[in-house]
Amino acid sequence: MPLAPAITDLEQLKNHPAVARLVGWNAAGVQGVKFDREEMTIYVDRGGIREACALLKDDPACPFNFLSDITCVDWYPAEPRFEVVYHLLSIPKKERVRLKVRLHSASPAVESLTSVWPGANYFEREVFDLFGIRFTGHPYLRRILMPEDWEGHPLRKDYPVEGYR
Amino acid sequence: MAHLTPTPVLEPGQDRTMILNMGPQHPSTHGVLRVLLEIDGETVVRLMPDIGFLHTGIEKTCEAKFYQQVVPLTDRIDYLCPMTNNLCYVLAVEKLLGLEIPPKAQWLRVLLNELTRINSHLVWLGTHAMDIGALTVFLYCFREREEVLRMFEMVSGQRMMTSYFRVGGVALEPPLGFFDRVRDFAGYFPERIDQYENLLTGNPIWLMRTKGVAKMTAEDAVALGATGPTLRGSGVDIDLRRDMPYSSYEKFQFKVPVSQDGDVFARYMCRVQELRESIGMVRQALDGMPEGAIKADAPGVVLPDREKMKTQMEALIHHFKIITEGFAVPAGEVYQAVESPRGEMGYYIVSDGTAKPYRVHMRSACFANLQTLSKMCEGHLLADVVAAIGSIDIVLGEIDR
Repeated sequence: MPLAPAITDLEQLKNHPAVARLVGWNAAGVQGVKFDREEMTIYVDRGGIREACALLKDDPACPFNFLSDITCVDWYPAEPRFEVVYHLLSIPKKERVRLKVRLHSASPAVESLTSVWPGANYFEREVFDLFGIRFTGHPYLRRILMPEDWEGHPLRKDYPVEGYR
Repeated sequence: MAHLTPTPVLEPGQDRTMILNMGPQHPSTHGVLRVLLEIDGETVVRLMPDIGFLHTGIEKTCEAKFYQQVVPLTDRIDYLCPMTNNLCYVLAVEKLLGLEIPPKAQWLRVLLNELTRINSHLVWLGTHAMDIGALTVFLYCFREREEVLRMFEMVSGQRMMTSYFRVGGVALEPPLGFFDRVRDFAGYFPERIDQYENLLTGNPIWLMRTKGVAKMTAEDAVALGATGPTLRGSGVDIDLRRDMPYSSYEKFQFKVPVSQDGDVFARYMCRVQELRESIGMVRQALDGMPEGAIKADAPGVVLPDREKMKTQMEALIHHFKIITEGFAVPAGEVYQAVESPRGEMGYYIVSDGTAKPYRVHMRSACFANLQTLSKMCEGHLLADVVAAIGSIDIVLGEIDR
């Protein structure tokens, strides 16, 4: 089964429920799309992520009502350095979609999703702890896995595997 | 160890409450979970789990390993369902590679995954019942679990850290007598489930401790990211094995137990019925096991047979290359989720085209499920916290990774 090349053309993908919904809301807020290995990725503008998620959650046709996961990828030394990755699941339609927000290293901050899904709480704390991304509006943004007095953010690429000594 | 001292929650005039520290060394927290409780008499006012004591940085370690070297690390995330973690990881890498897996390997994976589910649920049932005070069930559950572990030892040489699945298939052909042993087990196990149920399901003490305790509505469960029996106990009917099938699960007949009550008893019933469904699937896998290869035909990715290595130069070269340099995976990213005994286990893997993963993230089911604990316990009795913790079936190794 050879791999099909990724589709990144917005025109071809505009029939996907999540893409249609987001483009209909704010075409400028959708920075790009990618359909690769049967998975849909939508790049969303940093300022619009909370609104985009709230919109997808309440979509009458295909409600992405479940937040599966939030994580982050560090593309150091490239800029924009961070990609915060959100995985949404539609329980009624059994569909998945991945949203991504790109962040520059100068101000790695993005709006918190805790007002949309309270379950975003731990995931955002984990990303804050291990990558140093700030989530504005989070009720309790403190380290969750590492000790409170730990220095640095271990999953960043410029953090050595053995830690600082 | 997110916060060593509890945040001050006592305000002047509210001095009726006190802070109680439960764990991390507490027998009913199933590992090293610390729970901070603000209590008013016997009533829990606020509850805050404190995790991270078992954090070992597995996600960081993965970035320094070849793809095939990550498999043993995935066992150690959740030591009660190693095969499920193996499966989720190899499925994700196979999706990145675009590999097709032979049917026999897929069915073997299903068979072993359902045995893993039985293993995990038996540990849960035994310890959960023990937390609440029914000590005998533990001994019966561990008797059957021992048999499952012996079967794991037969196929993989290890009781708990199996690492049996490989990218492209499974490591070895199961030894002679393995299928007979599983068939034997599948024959008597339903009767053993009846034994557990005889001890618990109609037991008035068990019912008093579990019915109507630690309730959670479907809306709360979805909003808090709960999955697995914790979610299905609240009446949300989703099971990834049926709804987004992987590894040939679409060829199996099984029911997904759902309960509407949302209390500890509902979650108990879901898991006990899952035990029965799982043993049914084990039987189906035994009956319908296809013939054929157990590894995909992908010479650069899958290690060659030892016999071929002794006779064919090509095979020897491939073996040497895979061991010393790993195999390159085309750039891209995938999110693969499977239904683990605890809920949605997901692996998000980013490849940059080299032989080592650029980023591996594990979506842990317990990590999200643990968030429901405050919702379940606040406003209820202190003694019910133990029942609630048991009912979400946490494994701290998976939470902290």
